Amino acid sequence: MQNKVIDVNALSKSFKSLKAVDGISFSVYEGEIFGFLGPNGAGKTTTIKMLTTLIPPSSGEAVILGHSITKEANTVRSMIGVVPQEYTADEDLSGYDNMLLIADLYGLPRSESKKRIADLLSVVELSKAAKRKVSTYSGGMRRRLELAIGLINHPKVLFLDEPTLGLDVQTRTVVWRYIQEMKRRYKMTLFLTTHYLEEADSLCDRIAIIDHGKIIKIGTPDELKQSIGGDIIELSIKNSDSKVLNRIKSTQGVLEAKKINDYYRIKTRKSEELAPKLISMLSKNGYTVDRLSLKKPSLDEVYLDYTGRSLRDEESSGEDVAAMRRTIRMSRA
Amino acid sequence: MEKERRLSSFAYFLRSLWSLTNRDLKKWYMVPLLLIMSLVQPVIWLGLFGKAMNLGAIFSNSSINITALDIPKQVLNSIGTLFMTSAFGTTDYFSFLAVGMLAFIVLFTSMMSGMSIVWDRRFGFLDKILSTPVSRGSIVIAKILNSTIRSLVQAVVVLVIAILLGMSVAHLSVGGILLTFLALFLLSFGMSSLFVLLALRSKDWQSQMMVVNLLNLPLLFASNAFFPTKFMPSWLQAIASVNPVSFAINIGRNLLLNIPISTSLFNEFLYLGIFAIGITTISVVLSWKLLKG
Repeated sequence: MQNKVIDVNALSKSFKSLKAVDGISFSVYEGEIFGFLGPNGAGKTTTIKMLTTLIPPSSGEAVILGHSITKEANTVRSMIGVVPQEYTADEDLSGYDNMLLIADLYGLPRSESKKRIADLLSVVELSKAAKRKVSTYSGGMRRRLELAIGLINHPKVLFLDEPTLGLDVQTRTVVWRYIQEMKRRYKMTLFLTTHYLEEADSLCDRIAIIDHGKIIKIGTPDELKQSIGGDIIELSIKNSDSKVLNRIKSTQGVLEAKKINDYYRIKTRKSEELAPKLISMLSKNGYTVDRLSLKKPSLDEVYLDYTGRSLRDEESSGEDVAAMRRTIRMSRA
Repeated sequence: MEKERRLSSFAYFLRSLWSLTNRDLKKWYMVPLLLIMSLVQPVIWLGLFGKAMNLGAIFSNSSINITALDIPKQVLNSIGTLFMTSAFGTTDYFSFLAVGMLAFIVLFTSMMSGMSIVWDRRFGFLDKILSTPVSRGSIVIAKILNSTIRSLVQAVVVLVIAILLGMSVAHLSVGGILLTFLALFLLSFGMSSLFVLLALRSKDWQSQMMVVNLLNLPLLFASNAFFPTKFMPSWLQAIASVNPVSFAINIGRNLLLNIPISTSLFNEFLYLGIFAIGITTISVVLSWKLLKG
C-alpha cells in the first residue's frame, strides 16, 4: 500500500447558511496526480483553501504528510506549495524579486534561494524575463511564474487551483508540460482542481467529482467512465435479418444490445476485445459487417451523468465570477 | 531527501519582516514620480497653510487701526504680541503651525497603512504570503513599519522646508530634533497599527477609504495642530486632550520652539508610548485570529 499524503476526514466549511464543503472524505497517495472536478461554486477552491491552511474548517479534519492542518498549520505550510487560481505575484516587482520575497518567507538562506530561483526560472523559461516587472508579463508567463513561486520551497505536495484557467489551449499544454516536468524533478504529489474535463481525463491518476460541496464519485478516469455503463459499439450489417440481434445478445461480453434504425448499439465493458469477436461471429454466420465504430464514454458523459449539468456559472457567487473574470482578463492582456 | 539549511528563528523573523517591509517600500522609492509627489505634497501644504493662515498679521498695527481713537502703534503691537503669546506660546504662528504640520503629514501617511493590506487581499497576494510559514504578526508589523518609515521621511522633508520658509531656529538642537522624531515615530507607529487593525477584515478599499476619510480631519482638528485647545469648547477639549496627535505636537513645540508644556515631556512621551505599544499589541494579537484568506 502506498503512503497516504493527504488524508481528509469529514471536512466541512460553512459560510453563514451556505455549506460550501459538506463533510468530504478522501485520501491522496504519494506520487499521485489527484484531481477535483466540479462546476464553479462546487466547493473546490474552499477545499484547497482549507487544505492549504488559509481558512480553518468548520468541522472535520485533514492531515497532510502526517500533520494536522489545524493544529500544526505552520508545519504543513512549510511542506506544501500552492499555485492559486488568481495571479498573486506582485505586479510592481520583477519576477525575480517576487521569488526572492517568497523564498525569504520560507526562511531559506540567500545562497540557497539564489540557486533555486535560477534553477526554477530556467525550467519555466523565464530566466530572460526575470528582471522585468511582472506587469509586463503575458498570461502564460504569469502562470509559469506562479508555478515557479509555488515550488520555491521544494514542496512534497503541490496544490494547484485551476492552474490553466483562462489560458488558450496551446498555453495550457505548455503549462502542463512544465507541471509534469516539475513533478518528475521534485517527486511531488499533485492536488489540483479543474473544470476542464479533458485536462482531468488526460492528466489525473484519480478524480473526485464534487458538486454542492459533496464528493459524488472518486476513481481513476477509466473507473469513472466504466461506472456509467462501459463502452459502446455501433455497427451496421448489410444483409441484416431478424435473428442477428439475438445472436449478438448471446455473444460473451455483450451487456446490452438494441437495434436503432439501421444499426445495432451494443454496450460492453471492453469494446476493443468484443469488436473482433463480434465480427468473426457475424461473418461465420454469413453476415457482412458494413460499418463499425467504438465509442469510449468520455468524462464529459460521466460528469453530466453525476452532476446533471455541465456548468453552473449562473449559480456561482458573484465574487467567484468576478475573480475568474479578473484572472481571465489578466491572462489575455 | 536533501538536507536543508534553515535560518535561526530570530534571523528568520528579521529577514521575513524586512523583506515584507522592503517590498512595500520599493513601490515608493522605485517609482521616482511617486517619491517626488509624496515629498512635494508636504511642501505644498506647508506653503499654503503656513503662509496663508498668517494669524500674526491680524494683530499687527496695519490690520487693526481704529481711526477715531488713534491708538499708538506700540500699543497695538504689544496687544498683538500679548495675544499671540498667550494663545500660541509664541508670536511666530508659522513656526507654531510648522510643528503641527509635522504631525499632520505623519498622521495622513500613517492612516494609509491599512490600504495596502486591502489591496494585497484583493489581488490574492495576501493569500500567497499566508500560505507560507511566515508569522501573521510579521505581515502586520511590516505594514506598520512601511508607513512609519514613509511618514518619517516626509516629516524630515517638512522640517527642512519649514526652516527654509522661515521657521524659527532659535531653539533648535540635535537632541531636540531627535526626540521630536521619536515622538513622531511613536505617533506614526500607533496610528499605522490602528489603521492596519481596521483593515484586517476589510475586503474592499472603498470602505477602508471611507474610514480614513471619516477620521482624518476630526483627528487633525480635534488636536492642537492649528489652534491651541484652550479656546475650544470643553467637549472638544476633552477629545483633543486624549488625541495622540496633540501629544506629539506638544513635544515638538516644546523641544523645537521652547513653548512651555502644561504637563511634562516625560508624561507626553509615556502617553504616546502606551498608545503605540498598546495598539500594536492589539493588532498583532488580533492578526493571529483575523488575518485569513
